[in-house]
Amino acid sequence: MANLLEVQSLVTQFVTRGGVVRAVDDVSWDVAEGETVALVGESGCGKSVSALSIMRLVAGPAGRIVSGRILFKGRDLLGLSEEEMRHVRGREIGMIFQEPMTSLNPVLTIGRQLTEGLEIHLGASPAAARRRAVELLGLVGIPDPAKRLSQYPHQFSGGMRQRMMIAMAIACDPALILADEPTTALDVTIQAQILELMKDLSRRLGVAMLIITHNLGVVARYADRVNVMYAGKIVERGTARALYANPRHPYTLGLLRSVPRLDEPERARLDPIDGQPPDLTRLPPGCAFAPRCAFRVERCTHEVPPLGAVGGDGHVSACWEIARLEQAAAR
Amino acid sequence: MSAPAPEAPLLEVRDLVKEFHVGGGLFGKPGVVRAVNGVSFTIRRGETLGLVGESGCGKTTTGRCILQLERPTRGEIVFEGRELTTLADAELRRVRRRMQVIFQDPYSSLNPRMTVGQIIAEPLAVHGIVPDRARREPRVQDLLRHVGLLPQHAHRYPHQLSGGQRQRVGVARALALEPSLIVCDEPVSALDVSIQAQIINLLEDLQAEFGLTYLFVAHDLSVVRHISDRVAVMYLGKIVELADRKSLYEDPLHPYTRALLSAVPIPDPALEAQRERIVLGGEVPSPLRPPSGCVFHPRCPIAVDRCRDEVPTLREIRPRHWAACLLA
Repeated sequence: MANLLEVQSLVTQFVTRGGVVRAVDDVSWDVAEGETVALVGESGCGKSVSALSIMRLVAGPAGRIVSGRILFKGRDLLGLSEEEMRHVRGREIGMIFQEPMTSLNPVLTIGRQLTEGLEIHLGASPAAARRRAVELLGLVGIPDPAKRLSQYPHQFSGGMRQRMMIAMAIACDPALILADEPTTALDVTIQAQILELMKDLSRRLGVAMLIITHNLGVVARYADRVNVMYAGKIVERGTARALYANPRHPYTLGLLRSVPRLDEPERARLDPIDGQPPDLTRLPPGCAFAPRCAFRVERCTHEVPPLGAVGGDGHVSACWEIARLEQAAAR
Repeated sequence: MSAPAPEAPLLEVRDLVKEFHVGGGLFGKPGVVRAVNGVSFTIRRGETLGLVGESGCGKTTTGRCILQLERPTRGEIVFEGRELTTLADAELRRVRRRMQVIFQDPYSSLNPRMTVGQIIAEPLAVHGIVPDRARREPRVQDLLRHVGLLPQHAHRYPHQLSGGQRQRVGVARALALEPSLIVCDEPVSALDVSIQAQIINLLEDLQAEFGLTYLFVAHDLSVVRHISDRVAVMYLGKIVELADRKSLYEDPLHPYTRALLSAVPIPDPALEAQRERIVLGGEVPSPLRPPSGCVFHPRCPIAVDRCRDEVPTLREIRPRHWAACLLA
């Protein structure tokens, strides 16, 4: 499969009073056509800033993309004019955010918010846009779509609003959808509905998806490949199957082991990851995870480990102590 | 005050009802939301009862009614042998020392203008436990140590701490008055995954050390399974199932519990690929207009005709395992 999106050596920084925050620090990854890729990590790891960088929505002047390339269908998005970029947003890349209520306009009807993009991006007539809007609402499982068009976001429940966001994201038939924590604000049973819907749509429409989440569990069922981020860097990447079965970075292993699982026997105690999340303005000179790492050796404190192959199908990890980790993970 | 009999539960909630009046303003007609609709349960001393359900099911309101932060519309709450709903304010204040709360959001539940030391010392002063200011300091240090913080943290402000450290401060503040019951309202759901396990371990250690009793309100079924001895599942203001942890998770009787459990993601793609998922149709109905009969029937995959008319009661279907389902 050809690469639809290729992020190369991306560096995005923010200037704060506390110093320069290297939110995304020389990161490379890609999404193939029709593929579902996950970007997983905790708050401040740079996953959301990665998505904002792709859409060129990093808030200046504090934040800026310092270097790198973002190739979408072979074109570098960082070289596009603002006018060209507007055509990419919404038309070629759809977006779904965590909080549907804050990303929908409360004073516009559902219908208007759906037809606006169709009219602007596709030049659809008002009547054609309306027909398409009804079709889209039906597609995302909103009952009685014709009637719903004249309603406002506050008349929709949380789950219905997220369906509406998905309808907007797929409206112009994009090649890629960026979904930033699409189910985090939703209840468990609604979460399941929305994820099943997204999976179903990506298959039927052949659209590629980038799912950004803090929850490794959520994407296990849906992602083809997973990138794990920590402190602005990718620390491990692999097919979902390889990464969950054979985690090869102490952080991934720690995340998987720290959460209780319904399919496992009850444990007397959980195994947390020690310490606190890193302060991005004061990262250690070596591996950013070293202060919390159970496998740390002297080298980790002053030398940043590069991503290296640890298995087939592009499974890579950035750790100096892979051999010891493999032994421990086997236990 | 007579001591309660040793075998009496620490807390007993009987037919708790809490109604809120809504609307009647600029928009819409006035109405009554019955957020908690006839809930009864007990918690034994030293036990952890998990209270799970989705947003709007009434789990948080139940916790707030127990703490008397909301005055119940009807029902009784008997805590350490005393009925709380009829107590006068002064008496209630004394009882409150024995029941504390840990909130979900450590960002908004700590006063940003107070140091950590002041936050922890405040209840000691307010309740007159340690009236002498000089003697509060060692007590604060002692509490900091118990929750895994360092002495110097006493001089920091909440914004200088990470989310996990802030939640530790919330725990220390709850511990300060030596309560017997702590209502933990989603205590880890705002924290990063790598920190959640630290706080859960801390809560378990403190329970063992001080003999604490927890009402653990949460929506994360995996976390609730780990920490609870017994679990109650709520839906639209009612308990639909209540059982020991093991029987609830291994052999759920209510179709809602089954759907909830099947919706919990498991971080294992191979397993997920084979796993059958019960995806519930529709959404939780508005508590302003709850459905007739069994409130779950519009979404229930196994509902039959009579579920529309008959209200199921919470019945003991197996020993110590209650469910409110006509078909169980």
